Amino acid sequence: MIEFRDVVKQFPDGTVAVDGFSLQIPAREVTVLVGSSGSGKTTLMRMINRMVDPTSGVIEIDGQDVATIEPVKLRRSIGYVMQNSGLLPHRKVVDNIATVPLLNGVPKKEARQRALELMDTVGLDRAMAERYPSQLSGGQQQRVGVARGLAVDPNILLMDEPFGAVDPIVRDELQQEVLRLQRELGKTIVFVTHDIDEAFLLGDRVVILERGGRIVQVGEPEQILAHPANDFVRTFVGADRGKRRLSVRDVDGRRIVVDADGHPAGVLDETGGTAASTGAAAGS
Amino acid sequence: MNLFGDAFGWIFDPANWSGGFPIGQAIGLHLYYTFLSVLIAALIAIPLGYLIGHTGKGREIAVAISGAARALPSFGLILLLVLVLGVTRTAVGAFIAFVILGIPSILAGAYSGLQAIDRRTIDAARAVGMSEWQILTKVEIPLGLPLLVGGLRSAVLQIVATVALAGYVNLGGLGFYVVQGIPLRDYSQILGGAILIIVLAFLLDAVFGLLAAAVRPRGIDTRRTRSRTPRPSAAVETPTT
Repeated sequence: MIEFRDVVKQFPDGTVAVDGFSLQIPAREVTVLVGSSGSGKTTLMRMINRMVDPTSGVIEIDGQDVATIEPVKLRRSIGYVMQNSGLLPHRKVVDNIATVPLLNGVPKKEARQRALELMDTVGLDRAMAERYPSQLSGGQQQRVGVARGLAVDPNILLMDEPFGAVDPIVRDELQQEVLRLQRELGKTIVFVTHDIDEAFLLGDRVVILERGGRIVQVGEPEQILAHPANDFVRTFVGADRGKRRLSVRDVDGRRIVVDADGHPAGVLDETGGTAASTGAAAGS
Repeated sequence: MNLFGDAFGWIFDPANWSGGFPIGQAIGLHLYYTFLSVLIAALIAIPLGYLIGHTGKGREIAVAISGAARALPSFGLILLLVLVLGVTRTAVGAFIAFVILGIPSILAGAYSGLQAIDRRTIDAARAVGMSEWQILTKVEIPLGLPLLVGGLRSAVLQIVATVALAGYVNLGGLGFYVVQGIPLRDYSQILGGAILIIVLAFLLDAVFGLLAAAVRPRGIDTRRTRSRTPRPSAAVETPTT
């Protein structure tokens, strides 16, 4: 479990990115921090691995204050996946994945072997192992980034808008991949995004943030959609927009779900019941 | 045109390759002055450049120093240092001048090589748990190497040209032939010496050109292409589509 207690972050130029943030992030679940730019979501996430140190307040991982852990050691124990993949351009894919194990002194052969296995895990063809990042597509680079994040088998995986820069089709694919990985691996994932659809899809819990890291609402996606805390959330999740206002219409005996504009959104599955509603069942 | 013929005649005259001041020895001395000066300049400028490039601090000062030092007239600097240090320490004075002239380009090459790296790459290296030293040695230095070699290349060319002036303060090298030839009005010797200096500069430039291609990290020059070839070729420029 990751716990934030009264965390404040003021940058040297005076901007207060986070103003009194407290939150418990449960283990082995996907917690999505979602908010527009300036909401402090990335700053909050970077405080977990001490890429940013809070001005005041405490961040604990399983009861241990991260400020007492040496940053390099802490970061090596936490997976980190970022938007542009952040791969080292002068190293081959396999060596990029093995970066952290190699730093930790794992023998090269063993680290490479493990890296190849991780390529299988994230759905990358092993034939790409000897390529350089610039020879991969954006989606493939992100998969390499995820594999690198998993290389030390961390309990915690931080994902900073990892799919922000890939096209919608690839994004969709990668999101499904994350859901699959999470079913298999059961990590504590902290995921940052500004895309509420992505948050609802991936999050067991979604934390909606406003400017200054103020929490507007925390909850499971269904709860947030059913009971938006205020107008801000209602607008942000789009509950009042056409896309989320669905209604049922009978077409030749089948029940079709349509949105507010009348566009068909899907077919109503009357046998599935509640379990099929969102990805929320995937966790724990 | 006979002048050039005479100059080449002078260069290839076996008598000039032996005797009191043989050409081979002059070339050796010229290279010795050049490389020793570049080495000393590099030992000063590279660590300093890396410090500035890695921390991002002192960049303005480095730019100012580099700019000012590049504007230094090399001949004036040599004469000044030789006069200040006295004729008994001519060599020391000349070496100091060469080193001072070599530092700016190497310094600029070292720090700009680091500055040119995508900040996100470095941020990522730090985020996955590289120490500052590992970021420097495993990420910044390899990626900054091409620009550093570029800086060394300019420094070598600057110094190899300036060492020609060492002849004026009686230190030998290829400049000696020019300096000695002027009062003697021995134009074939003057031109022969000048040609040798030019050829030496071209050769060194070519060597560093090859070196620059050799140190370019693999995987870099294919940055914007999504080639399906299993291996990138570091030496071949891939046209961007």
